[in-house]
This record gives sequence, structure tokens and C-alpha cells, in this order.
Amino acid sequence: MRIKRFAAIAAIGALALTGAACGSGGETPSGGGGGTEMNFPEGSTMARLNEAQAIKIGTKFDQPGFGLQGLDGKPAGFDVEIGKIIASELGIPEENIQWVETPSAVREEVLERGDVDIVVATYTINDARKERIDFAGPYYVAGQQIMVKADDNSITGPDSFKAGDKKVCSVQGSTPSQNILPYLKDEASQLVLFDIYDKCVDALQQGQVDAVTTDNVILLGYVAESNGAYKLVGEQFTEEPYGIGVKKGDDQFRNFINDVLEKIYADGRYEQAWKDTAGKFDPNLPEPPPVDRY
Amino acid sequence: MSVLVEHYDVFLSGLWVTLQISLLSAIGALIIGTIVAVMRISPIPPLRWFGTMYVTLFRNAPLTVIMFFTAFALPVIGVTGNFLKIPGLSSIFVRLGTDLPYFRLAIIALSVYTAAFVCEAIRSGVNAVSPGQSEAGRSLGLTFAQNLRYVVLPQAWKAAIVPLGSVIIAMIKNSALAGIFGVTGDLTSEGQRMISALGQSAVPTFIGIAAGFLVLTMPLGYLLDRLEKQRAVTR
Repeated sequence: MRIKRFAAIAAIGALALTGAACGSGGETPSGGGGGTEMNFPEGSTMARLNEAQAIKIGTKFDQPGFGLQGLDGKPAGFDVEIGKIIASELGIPEENIQWVETPSAVREEVLERGDVDIVVATYTINDARKERIDFAGPYYVAGQQIMVKADDNSITGPDSFKAGDKKVCSVQGSTPSQNILPYLKDEASQLVLFDIYDKCVDALQQGQVDAVTTDNVILLGYVAESNGAYKLVGEQFTEEPYGIGVKKGDDQFRNFINDVLEKIYADGRYEQAWKDTAGKFDPNLPEPPPVDRY
Repeated sequence: MSVLVEHYDVFLSGLWVTLQISLLSAIGALIIGTIVAVMRISPIPPLRWFGTMYVTLFRNAPLTVIMFFTAFALPVIGVTGNFLKIPGLSSIFVRLGTDLPYFRLAIIALSVYTAAFVCEAIRSGVNAVSPGQSEAGRSLGLTFAQNLRYVVLPQAWKAAIVPLGSVIIAMIKNSALAGIFGVTGDLTSEGQRMISALGQSAVPTFIGIAAGFLVLTMPLGYLLDRLEKQRAVTR
């Protein structure tokens, strides 16, 4: 009885192993559906990425409309669409894109260290950042604006903070938090900074602050989600050109991305990317800004 | 390293805010911690039970969770720490008196958390006093409070200094968390602001932040060493 049982188990084991070996022997390594060989200059970043058939893109995971992580764990939004277009122009299939979350404070760090290849994360171009990394684009111009509760009429723009009694919230390390400083009478009693915008919106809802300030498209996402509880006030009082961050000195790659951007402005893919994502909050198609080849 | 020279005023103002948070939380923690320690060693069982519950809860909860609770849940209930707007203090520590509750709430969170550790440090000092002392006090007819005040606590203090010092130094470093929960201008968040919004390079800025914390903690450690040599129990 024992020997029979042992023999039976051994036979099943042998069959299973053979089946597995047959299965793996029969598979061909997949080059990825849609991956293509393209001609890029020798030694350039484009050639390296195309050969590796993989790209790491840094984006936001918490910005409705631009980069918001969905329930499947992948981000979705306008920035994500631009990233996907660049990857496809590099001949890399969509499923080989590795999305890395890059909150505002770490975007230069990850590019300098090479943890990601590009950063498309509501990344405002400014001179201080240009000293550490390079920007392709801009691909969108946002403006800073102010969001208040729908029934609050006392704040009409950034000048309303000069009186010193209104409190405003923004996110640490972002350019909007720097830009609002000249309008505040006393930073210690008027400015609150958190690490993500959701906490600012919570504070607004509970009445701890009177306003939230950041780029208008981010605010539009919250206004859309809020079912009429919040509204935007005043005009956009800054210009925030969003760019695509690349490693400093990689002019070839930067020119390539600028070429891709100009191509998609003309052939309708830019419009489609907007309509699929942030266009649901702001139906006005943005004017594609001319890229800056500095 | 140029960021340290060019932006030294940012580091100094951040250091001042961190000093304010640490000082106010230290006072709060010492007061609350002593009360809870006395409760734990008192002869009244309900007080002992309350003291033990307090320490179990606040020693084991992570500080981040406690700060999250005070910064986001307390305002919903309606507590904004307005009882801390003491007129004399608010003129020195300006942020206590503002409408923004986050500074006061951060101090409440830090005090309540550190008080649990202060209580245990004081209690370890009390345990170091030989039981013969409190027996002698009782045989002389001293009440519990008199016993504590004249016999036990003066001796317990010597043994408790070193653990207390460690607890306070740890609290100074924990104050960096306040910057994440709405307090602007403290040393760590000013340093982060310089790295991300102003694009300065990270390593010199973090060296500056670390130097700032050393400025706060090293004198305290040195002072405690001196106190220990003066008053320590030599056996």
C-alpha cells in the first residue's frame, strides 16, 4: 500500500514537472505588445530607453485631473497622458512604463539621482530649479488662484489677505506657497502648510482656514468633486508654466521631447489627452504654449 | 555649503520656532507628567488606575497618530486650544495667540505624549529611593503628600535626572513632526522649503538642520551631566 502510494505521488510529480517544462519551453520571450525598434542617435537617452524597452516616469498620485492614483494602483490624468505619449514616441509600450510617485519636494532629487527618467508632475518651471535640472516644454500654463467656500464672499483675490485676518492653506515646498507670501500681512498667523492638498481642503471644510491656494487646475478638481461646496475667486495672479523635468545637461533628450510636444500640438493628440482627463473639470481647451528651447 | 551662509536667517528663524515649540511642550510635559506620576504612586486605587491607563495609552500610541488626531479631529469637536492663549505668554510666544490653532494643538499633542515618558522616568526615580525612607516618614506620622514632598521626591529627583534628560532631548527632536501638521516656520520645514521651493541642494541644508538641533540638545545634555555630577547618588 505504502509503495503504491509513493509510486503514485512520484508519477504525478514527474508529470507536473514535465508539463511545466513543456510550458516554459514553448513560450517565446515577449518583446511587449506594440514595442518597436526606432532609430535614435547612438548613445542618446532615447536610444538607451528604446533598447531597454522600459521607462520610469515620475508623476503625482494625488492631483485630480493631472495625476491621480486609481483603485488599480496606476495614476491617471493629463500629465500621465503626456507621459504615455512620450513613451510611445520612444517606442516603449504602455505596460512597460513604471510610474513613480514624486511629490513636490523630491522632484529634483529623483532626477539628479536617476531614479526616474522624466518627471511630468505639475512641475512649474523656475530659474532656481533650472540650476539643478532641465525642463522640456512648457506643455501647459496654469495660474495660481484661490478657492473658498461657496457662501464666502469676503475674499475676492490675493489682496484680501493684506488685511491680516484671513487664513490661507497651501502645500509645503510648492511654488504657490512661495507666491502667496508677498500678499500676507503676517505669515505666522495667516499661512498653514500641509504635505498634501487633501489636508488643506479638509481644513477649509472645517473652517480652520478661509482659503486654499494653488494652481487653478488642481483647485478645479476639488471644486468638481465637492458638489458646489467650494468656488474659485479672483483672477489667476501668477503664471505657472508646467514643464517636463529631465536630467541636467541632457540637451538631446530635451530637444527630442520638445519635438514630440510640437508634434502633438499639431496632430490633435494634445487636445485628445486634455479632453480625456482634465477636460472633464475645465472644458476650455488650453492654448498649447510655445516650447522654450533654451 | 553656500546655502548655510546665504540663508542663515532662515535657519535662525526656524531654530527660534523649534525652540518655542520645545520649550512650551517641555513645560507642559513636566507638569502633566509629574501629576500622572503622583497619581500612579498614590494610595487611592481609582487614581492609580487612571495613571496607568494614561501611560499605557500615550506611551504606546505613535506620536504621528496623536498629532494627526489633535490637528484634524480636535477642531471638528471644537477644541482649538484657546485655553493656551495666556496673555503674558502670548506676547513672548506670538504664535500662541493667533487664530490658527495648529501651533497650540501641536504643543498639546507633544506635551501629552511626552508626559507619559516623563511619568515613567519620575516613577523610576521614586523606585530608586529605598523603601525604608517612606516607612520612616510614615512612622513619623507624615501624610502621603508630606511624605512625597519632604522625603521621597527630593531623593527621587537625583535618580530621575538622567532618564528625564533623555526624554526631553527626544521630545526636542520629535518637535520636527509639528511642521507636517500645519505649523509653518519650524526648522525642519524651513529646510524642506529651501530644498523644494527655492531649489537649494539637499545635503548642506540637512547639515544646517542637524546643526540647529545640536544647538538645542547639546547644551541640555551638558547641563544634565553637570547636574548629575553635583547631585548624583554615589554608592
